[in-house]
Amino acid sequence: MSLFRQAARIAWKDLRVELRSKEIVATMIFFGALLVVIYSFAFPHDDKAVRSSVPGMLWVAIAFTGTIALGRAFDRERENDTMRALLLSPVPRLAVFLGKAVAMAALVLSVAVIVTPLLALFLDAPLFDYAGELALVVVLGALGIAVIGSVFAATLLKVRSRDVLLPVILYPLLVPLFVAGTKTTAALVQVHPNTEAAWYWIRFLGIYDAAFLVLSLWVFESLVIE
Amino acid sequence: MKKLAVPVFSVLGAIGFVVSIYLIFMKTGLEYGVDERTGRLAGSSLFFNQKIFYFHVAQAIVLFTAVFVAGISSILFLWKRRPAFDDVASASTEVAVAFGAAVLVTGSIWAKAAWDVWWNWEPRLTMSLLLWLILVGYVLVRRFAGPSADRVAAGMAIFGMVGVPFIYTMVGADSHPPSGVNGVVLTLGKRLLPAFLASMFTFFAWFIALVLTRIQSTRDEREVRELREQGLDLGVLE
Repeated sequence: MSLFRQAARIAWKDLRVELRSKEIVATMIFFGALLVVIYSFAFPHDDKAVRSSVPGMLWVAIAFTGTIALGRAFDRERENDTMRALLLSPVPRLAVFLGKAVAMAALVLSVAVIVTPLLALFLDAPLFDYAGELALVVVLGALGIAVIGSVFAATLLKVRSRDVLLPVILYPLLVPLFVAGTKTTAALVQVHPNTEAAWYWIRFLGIYDAAFLVLSLWVFESLVIE
Repeated sequence: MKKLAVPVFSVLGAIGFVVSIYLIFMKTGLEYGVDERTGRLAGSSLFFNQKIFYFHVAQAIVLFTAVFVAGISSILFLWKRRPAFDDVASASTEVAVAFGAAVLVTGSIWAKAAWDVWWNWEPRLTMSLLLWLILVGYVLVRRFAGPSADRVAAGMAIFGMVGVPFIYTMVGADSHPPSGVNGVVLTLGKRLLPAFLASMFTFFAWFIALVLTRIQSTRDEREVRELREQGLDLGVLE
């Protein structure tokens, strides 16, 4: 069985667990929706204010829901010590990592898919004028969060204070990702959209994701030992 | 030789400190700008405050160096699994957190003098802040991640080091006006160099002395812990 098929099988296992319980997706979508409601009370609604603050709102929501989802998803592997079983199974660690990262990316994305239209609806934000570019940057952002997040959530599995440490580790490292995400979104929702700037930051994010994917594949094995 | 290293670097740092203070205050000029109305040189908004530049830049370079020292020794630690590399990474990070705090404070003083705000997201200042946050995160992980702290922290140091070029491009792409540093270098010219090199030397000597001390204390801690465990095993200690 090739590496990618093994990875796909592990990803599918995670997604199937999630599809049966719907625990993370349901709670995170609710949490994301609550964030949007809080935003609508906390920020002014005039067109200019919305255009300048909606990129931040979107990416803060992705950051918050993403880290919580990551923590919970890896907690599942801890509860019955199934992470050990997974690492002991006759597949390379790389496949375990890739499978986990793909499943995590799907989870983060599923929340973003709900939160983005909600923002557009409640705040009347012009998020879908450039739907293709926006979708691309959100997918790249979710991938980056999932890749780096999976490495550290897996390493923190046995640490008692993992819930607080995961954001402490992830947010400083993910700053370039969030900045690229907000800059792209901001360029797209301006009164005079600047697609050139948007594509600059999309390329930046693509290179960022690629670099950290390679790095993660490289260090995962030495970081996650049982 | 090993025992001498800490005293030698401390003494070098102390001498360098006196020398650089002397050079900064006695041998370098004050910051002048060209008065737009008269066309003649006049004291700029920086004037005397510019002198913080020598310490600020030296500390910032130490901060940047520490990120790479921590990253590279963390790679070696994960590769060779020898705790000595981990000691280097954690010691240089901890010391760099202190230096980074100094960078941010002195940078903030500079910003107040040059632009009349305490903080203005100037690219280099932003970059120092982001690197400093990574180092603070590292120290927090070290302290609170329990037995696997060394691995988690090593991962963070490596990821942080790889992130540096991205942070650099990110802050550089921002369309901020060029910072005042270029102007300063131009008006002070060659007289700036000796004082600048002296403070670089001072802070590097100081950094090395502190890191070596910290490494030694980590080793001592480990030794005490091992001796205690031995004592417990033998039933000598309770």
